[in-house]
Amino acid sequence: MTTLTERPPATEPERRTRPRTARREENRTGLALVSPTFVIVLVVVVLPILWTIVLAFQSVRLVDIQSQGLWGHWTLRNLERVFSSPGFWSSLWTTVVYTIGSTLGSILVGLVAALALRRPFRGRALIRGAMLLPYVAPVVAVAFVWQVLLSPDLGVVNHWGMNIFGWDRPIAFLTQRSYDVLGVPVPMALFTVIAFETWRYFPFAFLFLLARLQAVPVVLEEAAVVDGTTPWQRFRFVLLPQLMPVIALLSVLRFIMTFNKFDDVYLLTGGGAGTDVVAVRVYRFLTARFDVGLASAQAVVLAAVLIVLLGLYFRFWGRRAQEEES
Amino acid sequence: MRAAFQEKFFGVMRWVVIAVLVVATLFPFYYMLLLSVKPIDNLLLDPGRIWVSVSEFTVDSYRQVLTSVEDGGQGFLTMLRNSALVSIGAVVLTLLVAIPGAYAVSRLRFTGRREVSALFLGVYLFPATLLAVPLFVMFAKAGLQGSLVGLVIVYIAQTVPVAIYMLRNYFATVPVSVEEAAALDGCSRLSIIRRIVLPLAAPSVMATGLYVFMIAWNEFLFALLFLAAEPTHWTVSLGLQQLSNGVEVPKTVLMAGSVVLTLPVVLMFYAAERMLTEGLTSGADKS
Repeated sequence: MTTLTERPPATEPERRTRPRTARREENRTGLALVSPTFVIVLVVVVLPILWTIVLAFQSVRLVDIQSQGLWGHWTLRNLERVFSSPGFWSSLWTTVVYTIGSTLGSILVGLVAALALRRPFRGRALIRGAMLLPYVAPVVAVAFVWQVLLSPDLGVVNHWGMNIFGWDRPIAFLTQRSYDVLGVPVPMALFTVIAFETWRYFPFAFLFLLARLQAVPVVLEEAAVVDGTTPWQRFRFVLLPQLMPVIALLSVLRFIMTFNKFDDVYLLTGGGAGTDVVAVRVYRFLTARFDVGLASAQAVVLAAVLIVLLGLYFRFWGRRAQEEES
Repeated sequence: MRAAFQEKFFGVMRWVVIAVLVVATLFPFYYMLLLSVKPIDNLLLDPGRIWVSVSEFTVDSYRQVLTSVEDGGQGFLTMLRNSALVSIGAVVLTLLVAIPGAYAVSRLRFTGRREVSALFLGVYLFPATLLAVPLFVMFAKAGLQGSLVGLVIVYIAQTVPVAIYMLRNYFATVPVSVEEAAALDGCSRLSIIRRIVLPLAAPSVMATGLYVFMIAWNEFLFALLFLAAEPTHWTVSLGLQQLSNGVEVPKTVLMAGSVVLTLPVVLMFYAAERMLTEGLTSGADKS
């Protein structure tokens, strides 16, 4: 945005060519500067995605790829196998429950944390820093700590549970599919994985919400106090509306990231005990059977489901926004 | 009446919440550290004792983790070197690619500017597992399987979009007039970026670099896919996971490995925490 191009050319006819060349130069420089990024995203992201879609409709195993051309062996068999394979639907359902649970959990805890830490006090910076730890630390390390913490034989949680809370036997948090709590079966391992995800990602929500909270004008709340409102009312009717756009954004971001998540579940449970999310299935198809076609088809189905869900979400909120406007 | 009660209730709850959150976030890390300096027998004897006495304090687990494989250890020093190489490589190259890109997106009008921004953010819509299959095959074909170079390339692609997003917001705050003054003095576009924009946006460049470092250091899936068969190239994350698969590896050794993996990234993060958190959320309060 240089002034050269903003200068109205009509008043200076003799300099008419200057702006145009400057504009062209700007265009050229812009394209040149952005091209390295473009190339790398194209080669390492866009092309592989397109290729996955092609592979999903071919019958290929890893060993065939060297000899086989890019086109050929077209088939719908992979998709058929994905949909008819045992555990596909339950795995999809698990993924949805896991994603929604983790998204809600991390935003809710993040919101509570942001509200608790919003007013300054001594040591706040320190505590704020401490709360980012789960997000910053490597997933492999924290997953193993959780495994040891929750381990039935040497974990401190089960030890305390039995000695202090009087559990009659250790709870296998990560390896037991379901556990009866007062006669109601609870999907134990799935719950634990969701708790882990909440723990690991609440700092992300916390950071964004705290930043937004601190930008809420003080007068808004002061006015509400003068009106004799309770703290809950102030939260519900003053702060929450201000936070809503950030919460909506966080929901979408966390939903996308969690839906595609592989590491956390793979490291904690290996996809066992009712935590078999689709991303882990893709990995298993790829490495255990070297069945590239099936793995690709499964990955494409996962992406398609995500896009449909996002489409529904935006339609729903788009309509809501329209209704509120009218 | 009700207001007064709530005022009091939330006033107390606030401190309860803070205490619970602090314990919940810090305890696992404390536990990790604790187990790493405890002999495994003492842990098995009394799992509920969450402190370590001077007499039982030991660094044997660290010794075992850090000694090289030839000497009967786990060779984490080599892995630390691999992780450092990959992460630093990813940071340098990502910044090299992202700085001009971010400058172009924030300052210059060129054909397809909007489309390019959208494309870069669209990267995150697709699962890493979707990329895994073809990248796995592509790298196998190009002979990059099992090499650290291949991994660095993937990390650049994974981090460039977010790097551009973070840098763009900062570049936009550099006054155009400063650049114009430099241009009048005969600076070329590249030297404007190098001499004017970069120094002014240095904190944000640092923050972006740190964030990229964090992502690359912590990454696990692609390391697992590309390097699993190549033990000499393992990163710390991968090495630790493979260690946990091994038979009869004491949990205390596993925790020492976890500390070795966690410490560098956490130290770096706190050295620059302020820059990083502000870099990531800048713009969140404007929406």
